[in-house]
Amino acid sequence: MNKPVILIIFLVLVVLHQDFWNWDNASLVFGFMPVGLFYHACYSLVAALFWGLVIKFAWTTELEEWAEGNSKDEGGAE
Amino acid sequence: MTTVIVIVIYLGLLLGLALFSKTLFRGTSNDYFVASHSIGPFMLLMSVFGTTMTAFALVGSTGKAFSTGIGTYGLMASSSGLIHAACFLLIGIKLWAIGKRYGYVTQIQYFRARFESSKFGYLLFPILVLLVIPYLLIGIIGASKTIYGITAAKTTKAGLVPGAFPNVFENGAIPPWITGLVISAVVLTYIFAGGSRAAAWANTFQTIVFMIMGILAFYLISDKLGGVGAAIEQAKDTHKVRTQSGHVGFSQLTFLTYMFIPLSVGMFPHLFQHWLTAKSAKSFKLTVVAHPICIAIVWVPCVLIGIWATGVPALQDAPSGAVLAKMVGILVKDPIIVGLVTAGVLAAIMSSLDSQFLCLGTMFTNDVVLHDSKKEYSDKQILYMARGFIVAIVVITYILSLLLYKKNVFDLAIWSFSGFAALTPLVIASLYWKRATRTGAYACVIAVFISWVTFFTMSGFGGEYFLAGGIVPAAAMWFIGATAMIVGSLLSPTPSERTLNMFFG
Repeated sequence: MNKPVILIIFLVLVVLHQDFWNWDNASLVFGFMPVGLFYHACYSLVAALFWGLVIKFAWTTELEEWAEGNSKDEGGAE
Repeated sequence: MTTVIVIVIYLGLLLGLALFSKTLFRGTSNDYFVASHSIGPFMLLMSVFGTTMTAFALVGSTGKAFSTGIGTYGLMASSSGLIHAACFLLIGIKLWAIGKRYGYVTQIQYFRARFESSKFGYLLFPILVLLVIPYLLIGIIGASKTIYGITAAKTTKAGLVPGAFPNVFENGAIPPWITGLVISAVVLTYIFAGGSRAAAWANTFQTIVFMIMGILAFYLISDKLGGVGAAIEQAKDTHKVRTQSGHVGFSQLTFLTYMFIPLSVGMFPHLFQHWLTAKSAKSFKLTVVAHPICIAIVWVPCVLIGIWATGVPALQDAPSGAVLAKMVGILVKDPIIVGLVTAGVLAAIMSSLDSQFLCLGTMFTNDVVLHDSKKEYSDKQILYMARGFIVAIVVITYILSLLLYKKNVFDLAIWSFSGFAALTPLVIASLYWKRATRTGAYACVIAVFISWVTFFTMSGFGGEYFLAGGIVPAAAMWFIGATAMIVGSLLSPTPSERTLNMFFG
């Protein structure tokens, strides 16, 4: 999963968050959950799934190795 | 009285946990400030989630849904699931790595080095403190109002029910000065016991408590309303959609631009400190994935309770902040349950307060006193200094909470979040744009501060305020800050090779 793909999926999720098609829809899912709320509850799960896939396929160990590096440079304050 | 006893037992358990965490404290300033980078995945998730969920989590979500409808969830919760996790992954992990490699314990230490300017810290420090204070106030005032509400005398169909302490306090209710004092003392005790490590333990415990109590309240209230189907049937139809009508619903533009506000987690100084407590970058994995799910677990039941409350006749004129307490009090009635749910509310509040107190003490100590200091201090002296500053901050916040008790601090908190969100171009540019310079950083912070003060003044000093078409000020301020960062950086010389090697090498 490369960076452009992740960015595109992220932007698609931002657009899907708007769900203007549910704006005036008062119907209930499973007889108790307003559809606008149900959609966004599912959206939370999709967001978790998305970040899970990003971690699985785009995780890099380089940063951790760099953080553990022994060389400790001086700060750059003036 | 039973309710108060349940709350006292809860606070006692929290103090017991503090004593336990003290046995794990290693006595060094590094352990006090960042728990010696030893916190694993589960505790990191619980402490980060508990810290980002304030009084808004249980009380605010229910109250906002009661006043504006189901759109509350999409506006504040599902957007946060996506954006918070992005901040943890793209900002949090990088800052953790930089902090661990160079030994930073505050944001300002990092920004000073990245932007090659010691003075930049003196500009950023008061702005961060100014923005954290309203956030602290909603905690203490929220707790005081909750305890006052459940202990005050009430008029019911059966007549007047006396307060918990009828012959001791006015209206029989525990006054704000006692609640504020007790909450501050409990939080101070466990922070003193073990700093960041104690805060992580306490947050883990408190996050579990408030998540369970939210679900418990949901189950008991729905049961009393005849089940979830009956509960939603009696709710107002206007609240089951997002159509704008009066104060209910939202405009499309408000809903869209509100997505900028969750960016605030990228600049919260107390979250920076929590990130640095992580044992490894891998510890973040669970936090990134589970955070949106945890938000759903807390917010979906609370938003539904708020919607159901619109159909309960006794609540029609209730202030939104009192909806959860009144739904539990009127429908469930059992004083033990009321005490447990109130403990859950206090847990949500205190799990944010501790981190904020701790981070302000850490910032004062490291960014003001120790920075540029010619004197060498021992670890013990540094710890005393940090604790002294924390006490000073608690005292100031406590006094302010009494003076501002009657103000609507929830609106003020949105201004706090908006300010932090608008500053995120600073941290994003510092991490991902080599060309970001000291001039750009100054321009960004100054532009955000000026625009924040301007919009804050136009709002009538803290009220709800929208720009044309319902755009939230945070979105406009974000673009102003980003533009200032880009223009300021491009008009100034590139950072030195040494700095680029340090952070991008």
